[in-house]
Amino acid sequence: MAEQTDYREPEPGRGEEFSPEAEPLNSNGQNSLLEEEEEEEEEGEDLFTEATEEVSLDSPERDVLLSDGPSPVTPPASLISPHLPHNHLYTHCSFDEMEEEDTPDLFDISILVSDPEKVGEGMNAYMAYKVTTQTSMSLFKSPQATVRRRFSDFLGLHGKLATRYLHVGYLVPPAPEKSIVGMTKVKVGKDDSSSNEFVEKRRAALERYLMRTAKHPVLLKDPDLLTFLECSELPRALSTQALSGAGILRMVNKAADAVNKMTIKMTESDTWFEEKQQKFENLDIQLRKLHCSLDSLVCHRKELSVNTALFAKSAAMLGNSEDHTALSRALSQLAEVEEKVEQLHQDQAGADFYLLAELLADYIRLIGSVKGVFDQRVRLWQRLQDSLLLLQKKRDAEAKLHANKPEKLQQARDDIREETEELEGKVQQGERDFEQISKTIRKELFRFEKERVTDFKEVIIKYLESLVQTQQQLIKYWEAFLPEAKAIS
Amino acid sequence: GRGGRDGMNGSEVWMGLGFGRDMSWTPRAVNVDLQTDATLQVDISDALSERDKVKFTVHTKSTLPNFKQNEFSVVRQHEEFIWLHDSFVENEDYAGYIIPPAPPRPDFDASREKLQKLGEGEGSMTKEEFTKMKQELEAEYLAIFKKTVAMHEVFLCRVAAHPVLKKDLNFHVFLEYNQDLSVRGKNKKEKLEDFFKNVVKSADGVLVAGVKDVDDFFEHEKTFLLEYHNRVKDASLKSDKMIRSHKNAADDINRISSSLYTLGTQDSTDVCKFFLKVSELLEKTRKIEARVAADEDLKLADLLKYYLRESQAAKDLLYRRGRALVDYENANKALDKARSKNKDVLQAETGQQLCCHKFEKISESAKQELVDFKTRRVAAFRKNLVELAELELKHAKGHLQLLQSCLGILKGDT
Repeated sequence: MAEQTDYREPEPGRGEEFSPEAEPLNSNGQNSLLEEEEEEEEEGEDLFTEATEEVSLDSPERDVLLSDGPSPVTPPASLISPHLPHNHLYTHCSFDEMEEEDTPDLFDISILVSDPEKVGEGMNAYMAYKVTTQTSMSLFKSPQATVRRRFSDFLGLHGKLATRYLHVGYLVPPAPEKSIVGMTKVKVGKDDSSSNEFVEKRRAALERYLMRTAKHPVLLKDPDLLTFLECSELPRALSTQALSGAGILRMVNKAADAVNKMTIKMTESDTWFEEKQQKFENLDIQLRKLHCSLDSLVCHRKELSVNTALFAKSAAMLGNSEDHTALSRALSQLAEVEEKVEQLHQDQAGADFYLLAELLADYIRLIGSVKGVFDQRVRLWQRLQDSLLLLQKKRDAEAKLHANKPEKLQQARDDIREETEELEGKVQQGERDFEQISKTIRKELFRFEKERVTDFKEVIIKYLESLVQTQQQLIKYWEAFLPEAKAIS
Repeated sequence: GRGGRDGMNGSEVWMGLGFGRDMSWTPRAVNVDLQTDATLQVDISDALSERDKVKFTVHTKSTLPNFKQNEFSVVRQHEEFIWLHDSFVENEDYAGYIIPPAPPRPDFDASREKLQKLGEGEGSMTKEEFTKMKQELEAEYLAIFKKTVAMHEVFLCRVAAHPVLKKDLNFHVFLEYNQDLSVRGKNKKEKLEDFFKNVVKSADGVLVAGVKDVDDFFEHEKTFLLEYHNRVKDASLKSDKMIRSHKNAADDINRISSSLYTLGTQDSTDVCKFFLKVSELLEKTRKIEARVAADEDLKLADLLKYYLRESQAAKDLLYRRGRALVDYENANKALDKARSKNKDVLQAETGQQLCCHKFEKISESAKQELVDFKTRRVAAFRKNLVELAELELKHAKGHLQLLQSCLGILKGDT
C-alpha cells in the first residue's frame, strides 16, 4: 500500500480504464475487480460491525453524512425482498458488479402518476395519487402494478434512497419540493384554479421524479423502490420533515460547509474533476438565469391572457353600442376572436411552464445533487488524509518504541503493532472508498450528461411543437375574421 | 431626411432623430379616410425630435389664390397646433361643427427614462444584451415618434378637408407664416382658468343634456354618443393594457434567447446546437411578437384613442347645440314675458330671433357633421380592422414558417 498524501490514479497496468467514453471495464478489469470484491465481502461484515450509530427513519441524513465511517444501513426487516440474488446489496463494489452484468431485460418501464384524490377532511387531509407501473422487465412481479401513494410516501422513498446511495457518489434524483401554502389550500378545500394548478404541478413533478429514479440502473433495483411501485400497503414514513428534497440538500450542503470550514484544500490530481466542477458551476448559473426569465414569461403570458379577455369583453360592449349594423357585427366577431386568443395565451403559458420551466427547475435541483457528490468525494479524501496522518504518527511511535527498550515493552509493542495494523486497514479502506467514489462519480456524470442531452432535446422539440400549434390556431382565427371585417360597408 | 444624433453618456440621454419622406413609411393618416382635395394638400414632410420638443415641418401644396406660393413649408411645434385648435373651439361661427380633436402632446418621457436606465445599467449586462436592448428601445422611441407625427398630421388633414374650416384665416397663417407664431404655452393662471371653465362646462353639460330634444335624430345621437364614448374609452384602456402585456412577453423572450445563447456556447455536448438554434429562433420570433404588438397598437389602440377624442368633439357639438336650444327656449320665454308685460318687446324679439337663428344654423350643420362622423368612423374601423387582420395573419404565417423550419432542422438531428 503506497504511503502517499496525494491520491493518484492507479497505473493503467492495473487494467482499469477511467475514461468515460470507453466501456466501463474491459475483461481484465472485471477480473481484477472480482478479486478485490472477494476481499471486500469479508471486510463488508467488519464495516457493519464498526458502525457506531444506528440509522433510524427519524433522522437519517444528519447521522449519515456527519458520521465517521461509511454509513451503516440496516435495511428495515419488512423490505428485504427474497427474490434478489445478492444479500450484501450495500457494499460498494456490489453496485458495480450489478451494473456490469448484462441486464437481462431492455430498459422498458413506464410510470404514470394520476388521479389525485383528496382523502380525509380538514388539516389531516391529504392527496392520494395513483401510481401505475407498466413494464416487461423481470425485476418486477407483474407487468402492471397500480398502487395509491401520498406525498410523504414519495419523500420516504427518497429519504431511503438518498441515505443509501448519495454518500457513495450516486446521483439520487431529488424529490419534489414540499409546499406548506399550496398544501394548506388543498386541505382547507379551496377548489379554485390555483389549488388545482398546485395539485397538477405536484402530480407532474412526482411522475417525473419516479421516471428519473427508475431510469437509474442501480436505483431501479433497489428493493425500496420496487416495494414502492408494487406493494399495496406501505409503512407510513415518519418524520418526513428532514426528508424533503430541500431538506436533504440542506444536509448535504451543511456537511459540505463543514468541509469548507475545516479549510480543506484538496490537492486535485485529477483535472477531470476540476473541469467538471467548473462546468457544473457555470451550468447552474445559466440554468437559474434561464429559469428566472421563463418564470417572468409565464407570468406575463398569463397577464396577457387576462388582459385579452378583458379587452374582448370591452370590444363586445363597444359592438353593442355601435349603431352601424355591419360594424357592430364585426366588432362582436373581433371580441370572439380575442376570447379565443385569450385561451391560446393561457395554454401557451401552460406549455412554457410545464415543459420548460419545470424541466429547468428539476435540473437545477439535480445539479445540487451533483455538487453534493463532489463534496462527498472531498470529504472522503480528507478522511483518507487524516487516516494517513494518524498511521504515520503510529509508525513513528512504533519505531521509537523499537529503538528504546526492545525486550521489556513487548506488550506495548504488541499493542502498538495491533493499532498500526488497524490504521493500515483504515487507510486501505479509505483509499478504496476514495477510488470507488471517484469511479462512481465519473460513471454517474457520464450517464447524467447523456440523460440531460436527451431530456433537453425532447423537451425543446415538444415546446417548439406547442408554439407551432399556437400559431396555426391564430391563423385559423384571423382567417375567419377577415371576411367579416371586409363585409363592413 | 436628417441623420440621427445618438449621444448616450451616463447622465444625459437624448436622441435627435430625423426622418424624411424618402423612408418607406408614410405618415399618412391611418385613422381617417379623407378625400384629398387638389386645392389644398397638407402633410408633415419631416420632423426632428430634440431634447424637450418636437419640430414638425408642415408642407402645403395649394392652388388657392390667397397663398403667395403654390408650395411651401414652415416649422411648427406642438403648442402652435393647440393654439390653432383652441382658436376653432372659441370661434362662435364654428359652433355647429365637430372641431377636429387636438393632437396629444408628444410624450417621450417614459421612453427617455428607459433609455437612461439602460445607459446606467450598461455594466451589468453582456455586450450583446446591451446592444439588443438599445436597439429595441430606439425602435420604441422611433415608433412613438412616428405616431405623434401621424396624429399631428391627421389633425391638419381633417382641417384641410373640412369645407368651412379650411378657409379659416388662422389656419392659413399657421400654414404659411414662416416665423414663430409666438404662441407660448398657457401659464399657470390661464391653465387654472381653463380648469374652472371645464368644470363649469361639464356641469352645464349635464343640465343641458337633461333637456329632452324634440328632434328624434338628435335625441338618438345624444344617447348613442354618450354610451359610445364611454365604451370606446374602456376599450381603449383595455387594448393598451393588452398590448403592454404583449410587449412584456416579447422582452422576456429576448432575455431567454440571450440565456440560451450563453448556454449553447458553454455546452460541450450535443445539445449545444439545440440551444444555439433555439436562441436564434427566439431572437427572430421576438422581433415578430414586437411587430405584432406594434401593429395592434397602430391599428387598434390608436384607432380607439382617436375615436375617443372625436366622439368627445361630437359630444361637444351636441352640447353647444343643446346650449343654443336652452338659450332659444329661454329667449322664447323672455319674449312671451315681455309681450305679456308689453315692455322691451323689440329687444326681446331681436334676442329671440338671434337665438333662433343660431340654433337653427347649428342644428343644420350639426346634422350633417354627425352623419359625416358616422361615415368616417365606419370607414376608419373597416380599414383598420381589415389591416389588423391581414397583419396578424402575415405575422402568424411568418412565425409558423420560422418554427417549422427550425423544428425540421432539430428533428433531423436527433
